[in-house]
Amino acid sequence: MNMPAPRPESVVSRVVLAEADIDRALTRIAHEILEANKGTTDLVLLGIPRRGYPLAQRLAAKIAAAEYQSTGISLDPSAIVGQLDVTMFRDDLRHHPTRPPLPTQLPPSGIDNKVVVLVDDVLYSGRTIRAALDALVDLGRPRAVRLAVLVDRGHRELPIRADHVGKNLPTSSVEKVRVHLAEIDAVDGHDVTEVIIEGPA
Amino acid sequence: MRHLLSTRDLSRQDAIEILDVAEEMSAVGEREIKKLPALRGRTVVNLFFEDSTRTRISFEAAAKRLSADVITFAVKGSSVSKGESLKDTAQTLEAMSADAVVIRHWASGAPARLATSDWIDAAVINAGDGMHEHPTQALLDAFTLRRHWAKISGVPAIGSDLSSMAVTIVGDVLHSRVARSNLWLLKTLGASVTLVAPPTLVPVGAEAWPCRITYDLDEALAARPDAVMMLRLQAERMNAAFFPSTREYSRRWGFDDARLAALDTHGLEHTVIMHPGPMNRGLEISAGAADSPRSTVLAQVRNGVSVRMAALYLLLSGEHQATSVPATTQLTQENSR
Repeated sequence: MNMPAPRPESVVSRVVLAEADIDRALTRIAHEILEANKGTTDLVLLGIPRRGYPLAQRLAAKIAAAEYQSTGISLDPSAIVGQLDVTMFRDDLRHHPTRPPLPTQLPPSGIDNKVVVLVDDVLYSGRTIRAALDALVDLGRPRAVRLAVLVDRGHRELPIRADHVGKNLPTSSVEKVRVHLAEIDAVDGHDVTEVIIEGPA
Repeated sequence: MRHLLSTRDLSRQDAIEILDVAEEMSAVGEREIKKLPALRGRTVVNLFFEDSTRTRISFEAAAKRLSADVITFAVKGSSVSKGESLKDTAQTLEAMSADAVVIRHWASGAPARLATSDWIDAAVINAGDGMHEHPTQALLDAFTLRRHWAKISGVPAIGSDLSSMAVTIVGDVLHSRVARSNLWLLKTLGASVTLVAPPTLVPVGAEAWPCRITYDLDEALAARPDAVMMLRLQAERMNAAFFPSTREYSRRWGFDDARLAALDTHGLEHTVIMHPGPMNRGLEISAGAADSPRSTVLAQVRNGVSVRMAALYLLLSGEHQATSVPATTQLTQENSR
């Protein structure tokens, strides 16, 4: 399951987080979010496509389970999750091949006066989060915005930091951090959940 | 895609991408703040050599929703009426560093001339040229049909095409760029097309087109189409007598109240009536049909803005001067998040 897929020979890849590690990190982040928010009141998780959204769904399920365990209140996880597409707000649209935008879906409650937790897989330059903050402003006015990421790999280019981090991974900028989530990724025909670092040999 | 000149050379994949992006753009139109910053600082010139209401306003709204600067250039009152050539006009726009030119011209092929000459670097979008093509109209019609189809069959519109749909296009096919663009696009997307027109308004060579041609509208309606697209009778392009009288045309090829009722007797509850506008009410379409719940005329106008936003976004975002970005920066940006 966690075998790295065959890569071109000049590239070395290693698994830094396996499925169980990711699960434990998400469980901890879920509890951190609950603690920081003092429960689930006004909580909204917005995943940034593509991999932020399945992560947000996983977090919401864990939050709902933890909340049910401690208070007995059952919460529909899908009611607190949404997807926030930031494509049109990026500052590098002219330096990349055209990216088609993906859907933005807000939970029925909207985001006005909510505590919005942005969820993404890797925090790197911080530019995606800047775009996400711009996209949020056009959708409503949250009471607070926080950031949860699975991996923080450093090399920030903007004054942005995450409130909840699954794992800090010191990397070199020539390396690539790839997150695979079983919901959308298959390697060699198997759905895999892992974080790998690829770098030159 | 560098230019959008015709639907004939549009691949199925490109067509579906435009429709999918348009689907996301239409979600923006329902928000409180109907604006995206994607094309900030880009200039879109609307160059209209022919009159237009819908298309010009629609392109203008689309460009503004994407935060582009819009310059609308109406030929009346410009130096073109003093005899300026298309080349000089184009080079003037180039000197003002236009990023996209939306052109409507009475001459077939004028947008292609602009796109293939070295007069101008901008992306060229054909907004209707003579009797040739009107690609964004065809795309918005396909978008409207796809949404309708997705709604009645309960499947998501995104990613789907129009396969197994039957579309009947009725009226002045000879002068209609809308009919031509629609024919190519509907074919590419898998729909089957029937053209209905008086024999005098079927263009020479149409028998080679991938469609069925008939002269009898009632027969075409009995063949249970999913959509009936009425074309405007283009009196301004008619320099000869194509039919004895407008009343006869209206009776034989107009979509009147009797034919509207016939759709019900055929049991076609989901068949829609489309018209690209402007409508000649009482001639090719009766007021009853134009205002009936089957009519998609206003939905077409609304969808036009989304489709044109998608076209502008896909043509103008992304790198066009790939060589100007050093290879090393490209490598690091590839993984930036």
